[in-house]
Amino acid sequence: MIKLENIKKIYSVGDSEVIALGGINLSIKAEEFVAVMGPSGSGKSTLMNILGCLDRPTSGKYYLDGLEIAGMEDKPLAAVRNKKIGFVFQSFNLIPRMTSLNNVALPLVYAQVSKKERLERAKEALDMVGLTDRMDHMPNELSGGQKQRVAIARALVNDPSILMADEPTGNLDSKSSNEIMEIFCSLNDKGRTIILVTHEPDIAEFAKRTLTFKDGLIISDAQKNRGN
Amino acid sequence: MFWESVIIAFEGLKANKLRSILTMLGIIIGVAAVVAIVSLGNGVKNQIEDSIAGLGSNLLIVTPGSVSPTGVRVVAGSITSLTYKDSQAVAREIEGISYVAPSASGSFQIVYGNQNWTTTVEGVTPEYMFVRNYSLSEGVFISNQDNITRAKVAVIGQTIAENLFGDVDPVGKTIRIKNSPFRVVGVLSEKGQSGGGQDQDDIIFVPLFTAQERMLGITHIRRINIQVTDANKMTQVQNDIGTLLRSRHKIKSDMPDDFTVRNLSAVMETAANTTSALTLLLGVIASISLLVGGIGIMNIMLVSVTERTREIGTRKALGATYNNILLQFLIESIVIGITGGVMGVIVGIFGSYGISYFAGWNTVVSIPSVVIAMSFSVAIGLIFGIYPARKAALLQPTEALRYE
Ligand SMILES: Nc1ncnc2c1ncn2[C@@H]1O[C@H](COP(=O)(O)OP(=O)(O)OP(=O)(O)O)[C@@H](O)[C@H]1O
Ligand SMILES: [Mg+2]
Repeated sequence: MIKLENIKKIYSVGDSEVIALGGINLSIKAEEFVAVMGPSGSGKSTLMNILGCLDRPTSGKYYLDGLEIAGMEDKPLAAVRNKKIGFVFQSFNLIPRMTSLNNVALPLVYAQVSKKERLERAKEALDMVGLTDRMDHMPNELSGGQKQRVAIARALVNDPSILMADEPTGNLDSKSSNEIMEIFCSLNDKGRTIILVTHEPDIAEFAKRTLTFKDGLIISDAQKNRGN
Repeated sequence: MFWESVIIAFEGLKANKLRSILTMLGIIIGVAAVVAIVSLGNGVKNQIEDSIAGLGSNLLIVTPGSVSPTGVRVVAGSITSLTYKDSQAVAREIEGISYVAPSASGSFQIVYGNQNWTTTVEGVTPEYMFVRNYSLSEGVFISNQDNITRAKVAVIGQTIAENLFGDVDPVGKTIRIKNSPFRVVGVLSEKGQSGGGQDQDDIIFVPLFTAQERMLGITHIRRINIQVTDANKMTQVQNDIGTLLRSRHKIKSDMPDDFTVRNLSAVMETAANTTSALTLLLGVIASISLLVGGIGIMNIMLVSVTERTREIGTRKALGATYNNILLQFLIESIVIGITGGVMGVIVGIFGSYGISYFAGWNTVVSIPSVVIAMSFSVAIGLIFGIYPARKAALLQPTEALRYE
């Protein structure tokens, strides 16, 4: 469902060039659970941003469900982000001064879903991450783990086929991290494709496939059976 | 989506109350100033126009003495140069005149019972009523017969009626002017203030000859009031009168006039036009503060966009399009514009009534000025919101999310 052909991302800073991705070839099938690892600055976030349609590669081709993404216009690209991809950030990125429920319902606003249906579906999504009792709380009234669960609910609310997460547990303690990973596992069991970036080997343990990055290239691609 | 954005905008404004009010202040002041100035200007203009109508239409006034082009009154010849015979000659010889009404006036103390009142007593002929647009609420006006017999009769204005007689019906009562008794034969209808702010009801009319001989002891007259039949002939008649009077007064061709013929309604129209021009000018100056208010909106919207860069990135990551973000910020700045506009209109209306109350001016709140000021503030919200909103909408998601 995802296919990358010779994806490069080059940043020019002043006169020098930073090669963040040096030609990535990769394919990810539906229902996979992929962990992306590698040292800091190796290009993991850059790849995730391209996969999440938040950024465009400098060159190369990216097919998502057969659609060529790199050359797409802004408006259809926004629709792809809205419908096909759920993105979870390390720093949660909940919108301040909006209740959990409204935060979760936000993607549906842009999908032009009616208000009534929006709230129903947002409640269901919050229920899935076990936060029904926090739906009227503002983000600053939630713990880090709760914030990330709200963010996951938000990523799931429009029923995307792929869930992407860039260091979702990076700001959390190990207990909250495990709760988050359990949610990911059960989502994967229900058939959702998951791609996540992490620094921690025990988090990567949850995944079925591990990609390791170094200097903008994939240096290893390991399949394994999940051992839980 | 639209109403959500409006609600989000209002919540944003509420969350930053002080900042929102300061931002709106520019708009409030601008709109209030425009509305108040235009309302007061209209009020004053209406007042002048009313008194033009009250003055009598197509009115020319001849007075003795002349006015130099610089406006300085030069007494060429004598103040006694104008006579009743002059007025008869004008009536007889000039074409295109409806009425000629000579008059002479002085200020006297009027006594009725134990009340007294000092006012202008004007000696007039019957034509005066038509020329100056007076009408009677009671009784009759001065007649030709009254003039011939030098009758001691008087027609009084409303102000006099109220101050001397109160609830008593004045017609048939006797008042004393300069100690001689005059019988009140009529009461004028109310006319209100003149353009110059004078009370036109504070006046008494007596027969012209009575005034000349029994009260003022003069043979000349103070003024000839002339009504011209056709407004287009005003200048023509004005010139004819000049020529006639010069020849009657035997003025040599190199000497200045010893009289002045004035077109009062033209003077007042000029005043009305000046008021309009002044209103426009002040209104334009006031709208500069609207512009300044607009810049204030732009400034605060730019701050808001910067503050919310991460939010914009997040929204884009969740599927917001360029238009979604543009609309969100545009609505916010338009809401500031409209809210400021509404408050400005309210302040402006109250302000203009306040000023007119304390300064004694008229005020007419003109609906067009309110509508224009309102649409102006919406437009300003829109125009000055576009740049920041575009800036927000054009942000790339990754750049916005990386913003610290
Ligand atoms: N906007 C940018 N401008 C210039 N260089 C950039 C930009 N974004 C990333 N880079 C560079 O690209 C390289 C890859 O960065 P990336 O964020 O993908 O690393 P990462 O693997 O996610 O690291 P970490 O584990 O620390 O998050 C780095 O060398 C970084 O300096
Ligand atoms: Mg990273």
